[in-house]
Amino acid sequence: MANLKELRKRIGSVTSTQKITKAMQMVAASKLRRAQEAVEAARPYAERMEKIIGSLASSLQGSDGAPKLLVGTGSDQVHLVIVATSERGLCGGFNANIVKGARQHVHELIAAGKTVKLICIGKKGFALLRREFEDRILEVIDMSHVRRLGYNDALPIAQKIMRMFDDGEFDVCTLFYAKFVTVLTQDVTPLQLIPAHVETAGESLDADLGGAVHEYEPSEEEILEDLLPRNMATQVYRVLLENAASEQGARMTAMDNATRNAGEMIDKLTLTYNRERQATITKELIEIISGAEAL
Amino acid sequence: MAEMLAFEFVSPERLLMSEEVEQVVVPGTDGDFGVLAGHAPVVSTMRPGRVEIYNGGSEPVSYFVGGGLAEMANNRLTILAEEVIPIADLDRAAIERQIRNAEEDVEDAKTDERRRQAQERLDHLRDILTALSA
Repeated sequence: MANLKELRKRIGSVTSTQKITKAMQMVAASKLRRAQEAVEAARPYAERMEKIIGSLASSLQGSDGAPKLLVGTGSDQVHLVIVATSERGLCGGFNANIVKGARQHVHELIAAGKTVKLICIGKKGFALLRREFEDRILEVIDMSHVRRLGYNDALPIAQKIMRMFDDGEFDVCTLFYAKFVTVLTQDVTPLQLIPAHVETAGESLDADLGGAVHEYEPSEEEILEDLLPRNMATQVYRVLLENAASEQGARMTAMDNATRNAGEMIDKLTLTYNRERQATITKELIEIISGAEAL
Repeated sequence: MAEMLAFEFVSPERLLMSEEVEQVVVPGTDGDFGVLAGHAPVVSTMRPGRVEIYNGGSEPVSYFVGGGLAEMANNRLTILAEEVIPIADLDRAAIERQIRNAEEDVEDAKTDERRRQAQERLDHLRDILTALSA
């Protein structure tokens, strides 16, 4: 019977889909572990950098020599919004959420009469933003060739932003990414890169020296001048790592859901299939019996 | 036995080394300086050059760093460096060959952007060679 055959075919196809989603979930889980390890490993550098910059920045605060990267250009007319997304789909609402956050931000800026420029990292974000903001997107940074995210992947992005800033192409730079909270939750977070957001409340480096004072070689200003671009690259690197971890987390959750849905569907289809099969058998029996009675 | 110095070598990607050593020579922007236990607190940027770590033996273990930052405080030296390559892994002939290639790239570059990239690469390789010869 055609209906039975169709049901059998559907059960078969859902079963193989389930196998695929199950496999993808396991791959995402192992990639997630590696991504989390990378985030952990990058922490010592970022923390120490932050501490030193924080103390330098607070001691230089208010002086005229403070670098532009820290205090901004004094204007906030032109905004650069960087949207960091993934290169691959099938990761639930991951890309859509980041884009949603960024889009809202861009609309607010436009409504306030600002000029907005966009850079997309990862082609999924570009695909979602292209229709609305085609003429505002300056560039799409393709990360699909990157197998294992390294500092050298983040450096060119930071250098590009720095060069644009030096050329006076924008005043404020914000980066949108998904902060990794848990496997189930990733928060879309805007991170202001320029003017650099620095924790100046942190205690001075000299605090735990018992009266001794740091010597600076060369001067504090020059060190800060040198460190801020490095810090930018570190921030971009951290964001990319967190984003990668979030992407795998989101994919894992999405694939887990898909696997469960496929399981439910298989159960339902199997039930229908068995009912249909029994109905057919009963019908055939009735036909045979009534045929025999008629004789 | 000399007094020991707590030393941490950190790259953006991971913590490379965290141990007690005798002396570290740091390529500071204003000149190389050696750090022994009990050195005065100092913060210094680094130029591309070699970091030498003395631990026991007479021969130091050397690393090439592409610039970064060194902080000394409370008998603990922390070096933050972006690019770290063990000197032992560098091959002089290979680098000289790469420099010649890079020089050609600079000459052949068709656009300003390409030339700038090639020049950056060339400068970088020359830094490595200088560190290697030191």
